[in-house]
Amino acid sequence: MKSSVIIFPGSNCDRDMDVALKKFGFENQMVWHNDANIPKSDLIVLPGGFSYGDYLRCGSIAGKSRIIKSVVNFANSGGLVLGICNGFQILTETGLLPGILQQNKYLNFICKNVFVKIKNKENKYFKNINKEVLELHIAHNEGNYFCSKEELKSIEDNGQIAVTYCDDKGNDDEYNNPNGAIKNIAGIFNKEKNILGMMPHPERMIDPFLSGEDGSLFFENLIGNV
Amino acid sequence: MKVKVIVTLKNGVLDPQGKAIQQTLNGMTFENVSEVRQGKFFDIEVNESDENKAKSQVEEMCKKLLANLVIEDYKIL
Repeated sequence: MKSSVIIFPGSNCDRDMDVALKKFGFENQMVWHNDANIPKSDLIVLPGGFSYGDYLRCGSIAGKSRIIKSVVNFANSGGLVLGICNGFQILTETGLLPGILQQNKYLNFICKNVFVKIKNKENKYFKNINKEVLELHIAHNEGNYFCSKEELKSIEDNGQIAVTYCDDKGNDDEYNNPNGAIKNIAGIFNKEKNILGMMPHPERMIDPFLSGEDGSLFFENLIGNV
Repeated sequence: MKVKVIVTLKNGVLDPQGKAIQQTLNGMTFENVSEVRQGKFFDIEVNESDENKAKSQVEEMCKKLLANLVIEDYKIL
C-alpha cells in the first residue's frame, strides 16, 4: 500500500507520520507542497504543524498551494485523504470538509493526552477497531471546531462526526471538551467518508515508550482497509 | 490604487480574543465597555486605475482567501 505525506513549509509532524505509516506497512513517500503531482498513492496525509506560520488563518495559505489541486482531485475521485491537526485545518480551508477550526475557547495552547469516542465505524478509518474509546494526543491552539447550525445538522444527519472528546468511559459531554469545539467534535468525515480530518495525533501513540499505543490500532486498521 | 478591507467575525460567532480584551479594558477602569469584537485590516495596493475593477478584484480576493465565509464577513472600504 502506498501513501504520500505532503510537506508544507512549517509542517512538523511529517516525519512522525512517515515513521508511523512505515511501521504499519505503508510504502510511504514524502511530497513537497510546490510539486504539481502526487505519485500514485492509496492514501494521502496532510500532517500536523504550522504550515506557512499559521498566517492569515491556520491552513488558509496551504489550502492554496500548488499541490492542493492534486489532493482535491484525488479526494473527489474517492481517494483516502487524512488530515491531522494542521492537516484538518487545511482540509476545512480547501472546502473538502465543512466548518472551520477556531482558536481554543480559553485562548490556551493545549498539549495533552485526551480520550476520543469513535462515533462512526462504517468507514475505512475505524471499521475494525474493536474499542469505542481511544487515548490519543492533542497539541493545538486552534482546535475549536465550528460550523453553522444548518451545517451541523447535515453533518449529524450524514454520520460525518468521526470522533468526539470524552472521558475514559466515553462520556462526550461539556466537561470533557478541551477546546470549546461544537458537540465535542474532534474529527469529521466528508459525506462519502473517504476524507477524515481530526485534531488528535494517532502518529504520536504508536510506541509504549511514548505515551501510549492506541494510535497503533488506528494504523493497523487503516492498512487493513486500504 | 489602494483598496482597504476589514474582515470581522460574523455576529454570533464566539470571539474569545475580543472577550479577553473587553475584560481587560473593564479592569483598566473602562467599565462601560460591554463588548469588543476583534477583526483584521488589509491595505491592498492593486495595479489598476479603474476603481470599480480594482474593488471587484478585491471582492474576489475576500471570497477566495482573505475571509473564511463560514465565520467571517468582509467589508471593502
